[in-house]
Amino acid sequence: MKNEGETTEQPDNTAFTQQRLPAWQPILSAGIVIPGFLLIGLAFIGIGVGLFLTSQTITVLEMDYTGVEKDKPCFGCTIPNIQNCTCEVQFSLSTLFKGPVFFYYGLSNYFQNFRKYGVSKDYYQLTGDTQYFTNPQDSCSPFAYDSKKNPIVPCGAIANSMFNDTFELYQLINGTKKQVPLDGKGISWWTDYNIKYRNPSPVNGSFANAFSGTRNPINWPKPVYELDLTDQNNNGFLNQDFLVWMRRAALPDFRKLYRRITQGDYAEGLPAGNYSLTVHYNYPVLTFDGRKKVVFSNVSWMGGKNDFLGIAYLVVGSLCVVMSVVMLIVYAKFKFSDDDDV
Amino acid sequence: MERLHWVWHRCLQLISTDRRRGWYSPPSSLPPKSSLDAQDPLVQRLSEKRRVVVSRCGPHHAEYHSFSKGFQDNSIRTTKYTLLTFIPMNLFQQFHRAANLYFLFLVLLNWVPVVEAFQKEITMIPLAVVLTVIAFKDAMEDYRRYHYDKRINNILTHVYSRKHQRYVERRWAEVCVGDLVRLCCNEIIPADMVLLHSSDSNGVCHIETANLDGETNLKQRQVVRDLPQQGSEFIPENYSSRIECENPNNDLRRFRGFMEHPGKARIGLHSENLLLRSCTVRNTETVIGIVVYAGHETKAMQNNSGPRYKRSKLERRLNMDVLWSVALLLLMCFVAAVGHGVWLNGLQNTIFMIPDDTHPALAAFYMFWTMIIVLQVLIPISLYVSIEIVKLGQVYFIQNDLDLYNPVLDTGVQCRALNITEDLGQIQYLFSDKTGTLTENRMLFRRCTVAGTEYPHHENAISLEQYEAQGCGDADHSLTLRSRASRKSLSCKSLSCNRSSVSLNTLTAESDTHSVHDTLRRHTPGAFSSTMECAVVPDPQLQVKLSSLSSPMCSSLRQETAEISHILDFFLALTVCNTVVVSSPTQPRHVVQMPVVRTPLRSLEEMKAMFQKLSLPRFPHSPNQNTDTPASLTKKLFSRGRSASYFPNSNPQTPIKTPQSPTTPSGTPSSTPSIPVTPALFSSGAWGEDVEDKQQAKDNSADESESDDEDEAEELLYEAESPDEAALVQAAKAYGCTLLGRSPEQVLVAVPGTGPLSIPLLHVLPFHSARKRMSVVVRHPLTGEVVVYTKGADNVIMELAEEGEDGFAREVMERTQKHLDQYAREGLRTLCVAKKVLEEQEYKAWLKRHEYAETSIENREELLLESAERLETNLTLLGATGIVDRLQEEVPETIEALQEAKIKVWVLTGDKQETAINIAFACKLLRPTDHILMANCDSKEACEAQFHELQHEIRHVTKGGASEDDCSSDCVLVIDGRTLDFALQKELQGPFLELACCCRSVICCRSTPLQKSQVVRLVRDELKVMTLAIGDGANDVSMIQMADVGIGISGQEGMQAVMSSDFAISRFKFLRKLILVHGHWCYTRLANMVLYFFYKNVMYVNLLFWYQFFCGFSGSTMTNSWVLIFFNLLFTSVPPLIYGVLDKDVSAKTLLELPDLYKSGQNSQAYLPSTFWLTILDAFYQSLVCFFIPYFAYAGSDIGVFSFGSPINASALFIILLHQVIESRTVTWIHATLLLFSVLFYYAFVLLFSITCVTCNSPTNPYGIETKMMSESLYYLVCGLTTVLALLPRILFRAFCNTVCPSDLVRAQKMERLSAQDYSSSLRQWRESTAAQRHVPQNLSVNADMPYLTDCIAEQGAVLS
Repeated sequence: MKNEGETTEQPDNTAFTQQRLPAWQPILSAGIVIPGFLLIGLAFIGIGVGLFLTSQTITVLEMDYTGVEKDKPCFGCTIPNIQNCTCEVQFSLSTLFKGPVFFYYGLSNYFQNFRKYGVSKDYYQLTGDTQYFTNPQDSCSPFAYDSKKNPIVPCGAIANSMFNDTFELYQLINGTKKQVPLDGKGISWWTDYNIKYRNPSPVNGSFANAFSGTRNPINWPKPVYELDLTDQNNNGFLNQDFLVWMRRAALPDFRKLYRRITQGDYAEGLPAGNYSLTVHYNYPVLTFDGRKKVVFSNVSWMGGKNDFLGIAYLVVGSLCVVMSVVMLIVYAKFKFSDDDDV
Repeated sequence: MERLHWVWHRCLQLISTDRRRGWYSPPSSLPPKSSLDAQDPLVQRLSEKRRVVVSRCGPHHAEYHSFSKGFQDNSIRTTKYTLLTFIPMNLFQQFHRAANLYFLFLVLLNWVPVVEAFQKEITMIPLAVVLTVIAFKDAMEDYRRYHYDKRINNILTHVYSRKHQRYVERRWAEVCVGDLVRLCCNEIIPADMVLLHSSDSNGVCHIETANLDGETNLKQRQVVRDLPQQGSEFIPENYSSRIECENPNNDLRRFRGFMEHPGKARIGLHSENLLLRSCTVRNTETVIGIVVYAGHETKAMQNNSGPRYKRSKLERRLNMDVLWSVALLLLMCFVAAVGHGVWLNGLQNTIFMIPDDTHPALAAFYMFWTMIIVLQVLIPISLYVSIEIVKLGQVYFIQNDLDLYNPVLDTGVQCRALNITEDLGQIQYLFSDKTGTLTENRMLFRRCTVAGTEYPHHENAISLEQYEAQGCGDADHSLTLRSRASRKSLSCKSLSCNRSSVSLNTLTAESDTHSVHDTLRRHTPGAFSSTMECAVVPDPQLQVKLSSLSSPMCSSLRQETAEISHILDFFLALTVCNTVVVSSPTQPRHVVQMPVVRTPLRSLEEMKAMFQKLSLPRFPHSPNQNTDTPASLTKKLFSRGRSASYFPNSNPQTPIKTPQSPTTPSGTPSSTPSIPVTPALFSSGAWGEDVEDKQQAKDNSADESESDDEDEAEELLYEAESPDEAALVQAAKAYGCTLLGRSPEQVLVAVPGTGPLSIPLLHVLPFHSARKRMSVVVRHPLTGEVVVYTKGADNVIMELAEEGEDGFAREVMERTQKHLDQYAREGLRTLCVAKKVLEEQEYKAWLKRHEYAETSIENREELLLESAERLETNLTLLGATGIVDRLQEEVPETIEALQEAKIKVWVLTGDKQETAINIAFACKLLRPTDHILMANCDSKEACEAQFHELQHEIRHVTKGGASEDDCSSDCVLVIDGRTLDFALQKELQGPFLELACCCRSVICCRSTPLQKSQVVRLVRDELKVMTLAIGDGANDVSMIQMADVGIGISGQEGMQAVMSSDFAISRFKFLRKLILVHGHWCYTRLANMVLYFFYKNVMYVNLLFWYQFFCGFSGSTMTNSWVLIFFNLLFTSVPPLIYGVLDKDVSAKTLLELPDLYKSGQNSQAYLPSTFWLTILDAFYQSLVCFFIPYFAYAGSDIGVFSFGSPINASALFIILLHQVIESRTVTWIHATLLLFSVLFYYAFVLLFSITCVTCNSPTNPYGIETKMMSESLYYLVCGLTTVLALLPRILFRAFCNTVCPSDLVRAQKMERLSAQDYSSSLRQWRESTAAQRHVPQNLSVNADMPYLTDCIAEQGAVLS
């Protein structure tokens, strides 16, 4: 900095202004790369092995129940305009399906990540702001009002397209059906259930009154406040299935958690044996060539079954090791010239 | 052409992002004012060619208002905005930039509902951020300007007030056109004024124009001639003349107009009558002038153009690639649009579809625009802003380099152009001026030839050498003073530019702090410039001859008298024919007063008689006025006159001997017969009138004797516009022809054997670059004839000199030419001196036409030029001088280094061929082994033939065409001005360039400024190379402006070169570090940064693009839009900037030691098209990895849209930052801190967002996503794998390259890691190997028929070494 009386223009002699700051100079040459790659490679192989082995311990059972093929049990339900169709999917387990078992439904070729679909909701409705009940945001259009100009709650395409197949799982023991209890609690994100979504406060002590003057989404058979009449905590916008559905999937082939099997005899998992899955087939997917499936899976520390990651780690790890060997050869070959000019 | 150029320039700026910085020119800077003016009908006066100015206080004051409406007052406003207009104006200005328009376009696009991609406010963020940042910067600049203006406007000056009938203090801002302003010594002139009165009895006033052009020498200004009130006290009321002059323009050296007195008599006005704003009055007690131009109409303000704007090569390349990016963007958008159309077409009535009636094709069209919004980041718009910031940083470091700092001058390097720093690293051709650039431009008289006789001045040579050996301590001192002054003006200069610049200001804020005013106040009398520190030791032979003049019994031989008269004329010409101003240090800045005396010495009569004898035919009358008016002689002059007669050769400044030491063999007056001239003789004649004075003089002379004389002599200081003038005056002084004083009408000269002679100065025909000479017309003091003395370039004078009917003149010319050639071979600058005696009628005839030329307003320059040329014919050659101009320090080393860096150095000089060659040898541009190819021809055909011949010769020398384009060839082309003219013609350009390419260097002699710029243009345009021009004088300006990089040397010849340059340095040697180190660094840094920016944007945007394949090409993003926008704007923007400013591939020391490292920049190695595409390819690969690893890892799972984006963003961040670490050559704590900061910033942002943002940003509510994702181990596994796999190829590529085929830069880097001892040994090895390589083509020239073999071997050598 310049002093008042000083007229000198002489630059400061500091390491910074003279560009003499001490610096680390990373020159990527064989010397650094070989040990570096070797270390990374070995570490990756280690991780890869761990991941792969873990992944192997995870059991996944997937069953397509769309019923495209004629011999499939649900083929009967694919006929258009059929109401309240039920079909049964049978499967058997040869060993114990270790618990806790997660019960998913899956959809294919279903674009929940379609941009216009994604914005088609009114967040303020979902936080229980009744102002928006009568006056939904434009983003919901064309699912904001029905043909009679009644506001829809919850409005928008996401809510309207909510998955509405329901499942019942039975274990077949000696010809009798034993229902497997399905746990529907805690399948949505904690933050969604506790903070993000809010039901409107009951009006005159009645929860349903809060929704007066609104109608349910077009595709819904019942209003949102009747989603689960048995459990008030699972009703309205806080319905777990609704919450799960509202969290849009990133990719067109996805699964969503339906229930968990954690209770009663099945807390340890699904024992070996024959099972029957009763599907209340409502959701149409064939128009867009979609597929529906159910997935049973258990989880580990790394999440669901994921062979890819383990293999990828192994591949990349070995690639690193191979490269370090190649570098070593190259280095040996060019070492002398390297020394020459250095 | 000029206009076209300007338009093109403007267009470039419009495209450029730096629109707001570059353009400030006074007219556009006054929007409110000028728009007002435009509506004013009276303003039409302005559009007329002239303006009329009458005094505000004189009899015309009634008319005053009708005349002066529309003239601006003297307040200046350099601010662009006012408080009210700031926001609209600034926005308007900013939206002139293409980048901002692009942003605006995106914002508007996002408002179209069908294409809307993000929430409206989010798309506005980039625009808002950029606009705010720049507006803030602009506001700060403007505020500073506002303060500066206020300070300037509030300076007080004295203006005559009619009301008070006296001069009252008034603010500068209140001064109007037509005001009469009184200024005292050292005051600054507030506006352009015509000088009406000066306290000086000769009507002269001196001004210092340092503020304007940096020249610290004094300029004389003259009161308008024939003013009715001349001499007496100036009474403002009585001033009633009308001034008519041209409209305001920016030509500092031109002022045309006339003054019409009440009696309708018109007197021409010249630039000598004009006092320019912001100059300083010196040496004159008071001056009074009438303001003709005020405020922004003054020449100073009109000259205040903004900083230069050039487009660097790298930026041109970059714009190309930005266009490629645009193409890529359009392609991607097109793919997405088509994809979306196809996808929509395949879907009917699906449950997740939003039903609307849009046809798929139309939807696809909308999608195209949506995708443009989504993928907008692909166009690296932030790149332009970043580049600007990076360049500011680079400029900061260049300006702060201690090695480029000259402690003597107290100047560092000055970067005037801010946006071409990286061009310094790509220079292939360097064009250098010689004088003042390679040499000191401190002229010292070395030897001369008079009337055909050469006077070698051996002693002078010895003294020069000794002086040099002494280390020029004295010179340095005077230089310090001088340059300190000029440095200040320099900073003022930069300051005045700052007013219009924006970016510069942040750096040069310091110089802003002291205004022009402060600077001037600090201008002490001590800061006085003495141009000459070395005195001349006279040649004894010449001394004897000259002194014989004053001897009463001069030789009667006609030949000899002719010679002696030649000698006297020669010295008279040296003394008179110049623009030197005499001053003395005891009275700083005051001209030695002009005595009104004539000198009636006895010997004068004899000399006259002698001269009369010589010029018998034309001796019409005795010029009575010369001798007949005896007047009083002040004591000072008396003694001075005596000194002149006593010691014709007295030279007290001579370092080795003084005139007081009679023991020295030569130069002492012992042999001169003039000794008998004693004080006694004074009483004999004309001194009777002033007995007292005389008495006193007698006493004093007895007492003070020589010591007084010595002081007296020493007190004379010469200030000249060009240093050689001063050198010649000094030389003449050594022979007793002393210039004692100068006024516009006469020159006071002491001639040996006489006292001070007053020589009436009839005309001065100043130096003009086209004429290459200057002349004075005087009445000869001895013969009374009208004599023209001409001094100029030897070739010009030799052409104009007449052969003469007698053999003597021819002989003189022949011999002089011989001597001239010899001087040139010695590397001396030569000047010829000639004279011409005019008949009275002849003179009168010429005078008539000349006066017409002087008073004409239009075409005055041409007419004057013509008039001068008419006079300067049939000259009689008197002799010639040789002036030595020493090389600057370290010039040979610098040139050597530059040549090693494969920069072709061309020297373009106005000097003689021999001089140029000699200097070229001295500065190692030429080596003794070189073949010098001379090209001198008289006709185009001859020229063409010669080119072919020379080409042949080169082939012969190099034995084959193998090394034609090789800089290492040993041929140097020397071409003279006339041949150059032919070579520059269209048909010969090709052969000339071909020839020049084969030569290591080209020396163009005798070239005019125009030719210099033509040569630069030719090379630049035809060879498509980067050119640098360096020069110090006004004659280099066009060349400096033409070259890609112009460098001005702030030296002795004023500031024009500096003002037009991109960089200003003070010594040639600084070029070495500036180019080799800073140029290299700036280029590599910027090139790498630019590539990195492209990479970064492509890499990140592609992630979004890949996602389109999985969301039906619907323009959906897996990233929260805030993060998306901030990713480039905040999270990854700072590290590249630091990378661009601080990255250092090779240390300065190594770069200086190994100039051949520079060629990486010349070949644009860091940023080739292939590098660009490789980078893009790598970006594609990395984005593929970065997208698909998470994709496969999460495929089929219940991952949510924004949860999916979370690990992708994180790994992208890591990849992008680590990529930079790989690319960086240095990682300092600053880098590390900022990298860490970027990561932390990202995580802090997303986590905070995820924790606190419950309701914000619908529908992409990020609440809880990041915390959830980061609590899963999969997140880390994915990030780790992605990052490593993405960076793997680049690491491998780098490692392989560095190991298998390391580039020179990498080898140098490796070398730097060695211990000091190994380092120096390997350095030596390297240098040897490159030296060997350089000679490979020679050694292997036997293999010329198999050129590839040579290449192979050379390559092998390179690899093996």
